[in-house]
Formats: sequence, structure tokens, C-alpha cells
Amino acid sequence: MKAHLLFKERDFEESSSFRVDEGPVQDLELQTLLEAMAEGDKFLFDTAGKVLLSGLDDPEAIEFRQAILRDCIDHPDTVRALYDVTQAAFEGKRYFFGFPSHHPSGILSHAVQSLELYFEQLKHLRRIADEHADEFQSEGFTALMEMLVRELDDDYFRVIDSHLRQLRFRGGLLLSAELGVANKGTAYVLRSLSSRNRGWKARVGIGTGPSYSFELHPRDEAGARALSKVRDRGINLVANALAQSMEHVQSFFAMLRFELAFYVSCVNVHDRLTTKGEPTCMPTALPCSPPGLFARDLLDVCLTLTVNDRVVGNDLDTEGKALVMITGANSGGKSTFLRSVGLAQLMMQCGMFVAATTFRGSVSAGLFTHFIRKEDSTMVSGKLDEELSRMSAIADSITPHCMVLFNESFSATNEREGSEIARQTICALVDSDIRVFFVTHLFDLAESLRFRALESTQFLRAERDPDGNRSFKVVPGDPLPTGYGDDLYRRLFQSDGRTMTPIGSVRDPPLPR
Amino acid sequence: MAPPPSIELSGEEDGDSRPAPHSILFSRPEDRVSASAASEPAYFGYLNLDRVIESMTNNHDEYDLRPFFYTRLGDCDAVHYRHEVLQDLENRVVLDAIRAFTRAMRSVRDKLKRASNTSYEIERQGWLVGAVDEYTVGVTSLARGLASAEVRSRGLRAFTTYLTGYLSSTAFASLIEESEALGAELQRVRYCLLIRGGKVTVRNYESQPDYSAEVLEVFERFKQDAPQDYRVGFSDHLDMDHVEAQIVDRVARLFPDVFASLKSFCDRHAEFFDVQIREFDREVHLYVACLEYIANMHSSGLQFCYPEVSSTSKAIAARDTFDLGLAAKLVSQGNTVVCNDFHLDGPERVLVISGPNQGGKTTLARTFGQLHHLAAIGCPVPGSSARLFLFDQMFTHFGSEEELANLSGKLEEDLVRLRGALRAATHRSIIIMNEIFASTTLQDALGLGTRVLNTITDLDLLGVYVTFVDELASLNESTVSMVSTIVPDNPALRTYKVVRKPADGLAYAAAIAEKYGLTYDRLKERIVP
Repeated sequence: MKAHLLFKERDFEESSSFRVDEGPVQDLELQTLLEAMAEGDKFLFDTAGKVLLSGLDDPEAIEFRQAILRDCIDHPDTVRALYDVTQAAFEGKRYFFGFPSHHPSGILSHAVQSLELYFEQLKHLRRIADEHADEFQSEGFTALMEMLVRELDDDYFRVIDSHLRQLRFRGGLLLSAELGVANKGTAYVLRSLSSRNRGWKARVGIGTGPSYSFELHPRDEAGARALSKVRDRGINLVANALAQSMEHVQSFFAMLRFELAFYVSCVNVHDRLTTKGEPTCMPTALPCSPPGLFARDLLDVCLTLTVNDRVVGNDLDTEGKALVMITGANSGGKSTFLRSVGLAQLMMQCGMFVAATTFRGSVSAGLFTHFIRKEDSTMVSGKLDEELSRMSAIADSITPHCMVLFNESFSATNEREGSEIARQTICALVDSDIRVFFVTHLFDLAESLRFRALESTQFLRAERDPDGNRSFKVVPGDPLPTGYGDDLYRRLFQSDGRTMTPIGSVRDPPLPR
Repeated sequence: MAPPPSIELSGEEDGDSRPAPHSILFSRPEDRVSASAASEPAYFGYLNLDRVIESMTNNHDEYDLRPFFYTRLGDCDAVHYRHEVLQDLENRVVLDAIRAFTRAMRSVRDKLKRASNTSYEIERQGWLVGAVDEYTVGVTSLARGLASAEVRSRGLRAFTTYLTGYLSSTAFASLIEESEALGAELQRVRYCLLIRGGKVTVRNYESQPDYSAEVLEVFERFKQDAPQDYRVGFSDHLDMDHVEAQIVDRVARLFPDVFASLKSFCDRHAEFFDVQIREFDREVHLYVACLEYIANMHSSGLQFCYPEVSSTSKAIAARDTFDLGLAAKLVSQGNTVVCNDFHLDGPERVLVISGPNQGGKTTLARTFGQLHHLAAIGCPVPGSSARLFLFDQMFTHFGSEEELANLSGKLEEDLVRLRGALRAATHRSIIIMNEIFASTTLQDALGLGTRVLNTITDLDLLGVYVTFVDELASLNESTVSMVSTIVPDNPALRTYKVVRKPADGLAYAAAIAEKYGLTYDRLKERIVP
């Protein structure tokens, strides 16, 4: 019995082939998205995090989840009811049963009690399946509903109940055994005492052949312990069978709970965005090659989740481009743009909708980010070292067809050196079939890349209208030799009457919210 | 007066002729006696051989092997005798056969001990039957293994001959036959227990269905991959308790014939262990311990060899050698071991080692000593090849690189001990010393060092002298300079290579991108599909 809502005919595996490290979690502010998905439920938070970071690189597998998610968005109440049953199974188990025993008799009675509880919840699941199965269109949900109806028929529930009763051994325990090491009993096998079984007609004690008995003295405690050890050997296998069955049912519930949790969390954030009037769409996932991305009104989903107003979306067409260089005005929305690309990529690859009116893009084999880290700015001397060692760590795990987002990387040293390191890094990545989005104010770098294989490079620029106002839009455009630090400086300081001094590079301050 | 008890544990006189006693360790079996009284040589601690031998013999405590590791062999032939056996043991077939045999004998002894400890008669009989069974199987398969492998060493050939004679004796043949027949009978015993409260009924087994299988089938549809195993491990090797004893007493009543033959067998075969085989089992562990110890290092690429030994020529050499104790530690941590070479030719007698601290100087000095001791007990030595000297005494533990700071109070003490050593030394002795004059001025260190080295030269001692005074390296024709080296680009990094040359300068500088492997070329190499 399997749920299989995240993969067609397969359990979810966290260690998928999708390569990702801690970088995106921090740099894309994933925390914000996950909190919106979780709505305060820690399990939803953890689940959403695991699934988001275990992206799929197969467009068909992505479509499988998208179909299920559509069902969920259309019938949120049924999905939440199913999820509540799995919650109840989990909570009940946690409430009733403490530590597992190390004796077969303890293991057995624990398993019997747990199974009684689980079967109650399985009956609930079965009822929901009976009532709501026809609401679902997706392959995944249809298969789950069919499976519940097929596997959990009333006869089966009756057989289970009768075994759970028998396993309390009210009529004594019959074992067979052989002589083992040093003539001690071994190979204990539990035998059926039930008179229903043919071939064992005689009731115990009136069988053929001689029998010899002894009885322990009621105060012989050591003897009682020794005897229970013999009993334990006898029920070892059946305790194992029951405990494994318990584990099986438990893991069915755990898997179902996990898989539903992902969809419930997606529905949560979908509700938020729709209520606010932000666009969402199911993206079209394309094969990893050729690289490319086409989007209309693409948002930074984390940004819109933290502000009241709607946020500015970008249009983008980088189809066929392996390298996207983003330059332009400081505080012009470059970082936001970069995050919106990374978030959409992660969301698409885990089967989610994205925050855009249209989105199609090639899948990647992994996502890495290399953002300048603001908290590092105090340790000036070690900063380049820190940046390079982070880059080196990425090089250790990256493979072709991955995607890397750079944000003002390698600027901890002078422009010439930084540009050269960045240039070699970018060229090596692109030549290894890795997609690169690079936000930089290093004009030297951007210029030098213009002379290299232009057809695979897209230049974007944070927009600025002639009077210096920023639209926070990123549009196609070649690099310009200044980062518009002057504009920013003027805007920030115009009211306090200071004289204007030129400044080289100012990092993006937080956007106005 | 009662006859004296027989020493021969195999007790059963059957008239078979057996060869005289022999030893797998000593070409002259009588040497075995003096070896068993040996105590740890004084240089063991300095050379870290105490720890090496400790971990070699750790798993073989019951054989009391240490005296063998302490006892140097007197001549080249005795060393070759062991090399021959070791070379036989390099044959996987032979080593596996010996290993299986010693495992079996260990288990035989264990069972006999259990038999003598229990108060339940049927349990005692059970242990004894188990011991006989294991013994006959162990001895027979050893004989088969040795015969099929065509051993060449004097030691193993003599033992094989002995074993062949033993196995073809009629007593051994009937021991096997009877124990097999009995085993088959015991195996057929099967019974049922009905446990209800504190009452136990023992009766015949009558093919009642397996209830566990039934339960498993019902719950089959909840099967997922690789379930946890909830079975509790019950040891069959615990002692019998009184409940089990009462049960088996009733089983004996269900099967009276089987238990009668069990008793008769045990009465007749209480003493079955052959004393020669027992001695072989102990002594062969010297080899087993050695080979086990080096196997791990061997598989991580380190080499061992049988050294050429001589009690006359002082032209010694070793290639790709290393400190055994340090290597064991590094290998267990997954680190690489740096190997070194050294050689002394013609008039050369003393390696004078200088260079940066923590660069492997003491390690090489220790290696030098270890190699010579290991060679003298007939063991393989670290290195791809080695030529070593059979010495009469080795003098060590004068100062150490690690204790430089607090040596001043010890200088006199060290000098006194050094004087004692130099008086006791003969032309066949080895001396290994760290600079003990480090706390004095350079002038003093040079002066004292010169005098000591000249005395060593006069005595014609072989040895190692670790110093910080470069001038001592080229003192006379008997000294050879060796230097610990560093990575040219980064003086903070030690190579642990100690090479034969005068000290040289350093240089370093590396591009920062190169350091992180982030140049275009390095990055391209690192990104693999």
C-alpha cells in the first residue's frame, strides 16, 4: 500500500538527483515562502522545505505533480480532510505509546495496540475515498483512491480484527523447538492453537504420544523470567511480523501525510497570492537543453508575501541563452529580479505553480547561488577568501546543466582582479553547460564578456528613465559604465542638504516596502 | 603408588609413530624455552614498539605472544626460518587455512571451558560434543589446506608431516565417525512446548501449522521496502537456566535412546586435544598477528619486505620505509603515510638528521630502530626493500625533539646515561639519539656533539643522530646528512620527507585563485557530469 502522490508509482526520496546546497535557502529568502506555505504548521514547513529543495529534472514528473496540485486547488476541503486523517493517526500514535520495548512480548503488544489505532484511521480514509473519489482528475489521486477501495475491503478489516484478538494468547502458547548449542532449545516456532486449522484436530493435551509437565513454584521469580524468555523466543517471529506490519501501515500514513502536506502547503500559499490579486500559473517545464526562460510578469514571490502592495513583475526572454548578465542602476531591482528567477526555478521544478502570468523554462540539474553576504562585511581581510572558498564549494558539487545565480560576486577585491576571477569562473561554467545569471556592477567584467560568444549571452539592465527615476524593471540592455550610485546618493541625501560626493559602489539597500 | 598422570593429553595409545616435537617459530625447538622468559627490551618505549606490539597482540591475548616479540634471534638462519614460514603464509590458501584452524581451536577451548563450568549434565555433554565436532573439522581442514598448498618452509613442512600421521591414526578416525553419527541423532530431535501460565508441558511435535507465517500473509499488503527487523537477538551461547534444564530433562525422557548414546560418547572422549597441535596453535599466532597488523596498511598502498640480514656487514639500506606505529594511526584515520629512504655505504655509519622541526626527523630515527628490531625477530619490515644488521644491543632514549624546553635539568642525567651506553656498546651495537645539547649554546652543542659523534665513530657503532647543528652533518666520513623538507611554496606545510642532502632554502607564492582551484582550467576539470 503506497500513496505515491509525489512520484508516479514511486516513494518520495529526499536525496534526488537535484543538486542544491544551503546557498539558495539563505540567498533566496526561502524562509518567507516556507512560512507562507506552512501557516504555522511545523510539519508543513519542514515538508515544503524538503520537497522544494529536491527538484525534479524530468518535465513529465513535474506535470504529474502539477495535475495533482490542480485537483488540490479545485477541492481544497477534501485534501485537507485526508490530511487531517493522517494527522490523527500520527497524533494518536504519539499520544498513546511511549518507548518501544526490547522484549518480543512488549513489541507484540505495542504493535497490536498501534495497529488497532491505525485501522480506525484506515476506515476513515476508506470512507472519504467512497464519498469523494470522483472529484479527482489527476492520475495520482485517481490511483490513490482506487487503491484505498481495493485494498481496504470490509472482509479484510474483519480478518485483521480476529488476528489482533488471537495475538493476545489467552489460551496459552504452543511452540515447537529443536536441540541447539549445548543441547539448549532452539528454532522456536509459534504454532497455531486454533481448532479451525485442519491437520491439527486434537486439542492440546489430548494428542497422541506421551507428555511430561512441570509447574514453576509461584515464588520462583528467576524461573518466571527464564520461562518468559522461552515464550519470547517463541513469539519473536510473530512479534516481528506484527511490528513490521505496524511499521508498514505507519510508513504508509507517514508517506501519505508527507505527500499531502506538500500539496496542502501549496494550496495555502496559492490562497494568499490569489486573495491579493497576484498572478499564478502552472509553468511549462522544458528539457534542460537548450537553456532558456520565458516569462511574463514574473514576481519575487517572497517579496510580495511580505508587503501589502502588489509588486512589480518582469518580462523576460532568454531562450537559448546560457549566460544572463544583469547590470544597471543600484537599487534598481536587480537582486529582486535574480531572486524571482531562482524562486520560480525551484517552484517549477518541485511541481508548484509560479508567481507569473506565463512561465516556461528549461529544467536544471541543480541550483546554486553565490550572493555577496552582507554579514561578512566586517571581516574585510578574509572576505575574498570567504567568497572564493564558497565558490570552490560550489565547484565541488556542481554538474553540467545546473544553474548558478551570482549577485555581486568577487567584488571584495579591486575591480580588475575581481573581474578577472569572475571572468574565468563564468567562462568555465558556461563552457561546462551551466546556466549563469550574474548580477554585477563590475563594468570591466560585463564589457569583457561582450566580446565572447554573444549569441549565448543575454545582457539585461535595471531600468532608469531619463530623469533618474527607477521603475524596478529589468529590461534588455548593454552594460553602462556607471552603476548610478550618484542617483541613489542624491535620492537618499537630497533632503539633508549635504554636498554630493561621487561614490564608487553602493550595495542595494532594502527596497522600499 | 599410582602411576604419574599422562602429560600427553591425546592419551589414546594406538602405536602410531609420531615425529619428535618441533616448533613453528624456532629452527631449534629448545630456543622456545629461553624465549618464554624474555622481558621487554629497554628501547621499546622510545621506538613506540611497545604500542605496536600491544596492538599486534591485542586480539591474541590468550596466546601470550609478547615474549616472542621481545626475543631477538641469534643468527641469520633462525631469521630465515621465520621468513620461510611467512612466505608460505603469503599464500592466501595457507593463511586462510591457518586462520580457520586457529578460530576453530579458540572455539574448542571456549566450549571445553563452558563444559567444565556448568552443573547441568546434559548441557556439559552438549558442549563437549560441540568441541569434538569443531576440533575434528578444524584439524582435518587444516591438513587439507596445507596439503593442497604445497608449503615450502621447513617449519610448515615438518608440521604437515606430523599432522598427516595424526590424522591417519585409527583413534582419530573413530572419533570423527562417532561424533558424526551422534550429531545426526541429536539433530532429529524435535518437540513441542505448551506454556500456560507457569505450567510447561513437553510433548512430541506433530506438524502444527506455523502461526507466524499466517500472520505475515495477512499483513502482506502493508509491505514496504526494507522493513526494520524487530526480531530480538537471542544468544544460543548463554548458559542453560533451570527452566531450560527442566525442559531438556523431559525431552530426554521423550528420546531415551538418543540421550543414552550421548552419555556414552562423552564418557569415552573427554580428553581429545593433541598437545603438539595445541602448541602449534599458539606459536603460529606470532605470524598471524604480524600479518594481520600489516594487512590494513598494505591495502592502503604501504609496502613491506623481508629484509636481507647480516651479522657482519654494516652496509644497510631501506627504501620506502616508515614508522610502523605512526602509519597504523594515520591509516586508521584515513591519512596518507609519507615514506622515506636511507642507506649507509662503505665507511658510513651514522645518519645525521637536521632540518625544520615537526618535519619527520624523530620519526625517521624511530623507524631506523624499529626496522632493526623487527628484522631481528624475523618479521617483515616496512619498506619496499631493506638490508639490515643483526645487532647485539640497541641504545636509545637520549633526549627528544618534543622536550627541548625543559631539558636543561636533564642534561647531566642524559650525559651520564650516554656515558654508560657508550661504555657498554660493542662494535655490533646500534645507537639512536636526539640532540641532547639543545639547551646549551650552539658552541657547546657543536663541541659536545663532535665529541660524541667521534666516539661513536671510534666504536664503529651504527646509528642515527638527530640535531639542529648543521655542521655535525659533515663531521667525518662516517656521518651522512639527511634533511627534513617542506613544501617549497608553503613553508607551513611539512612534507615529512627526509632526504639525503644538505639543508636548503625555501620559497613560496601561489595565486589565490589557483589556491582555490578556480582558474578556468582547474574549474573545467572539477566540473564533471
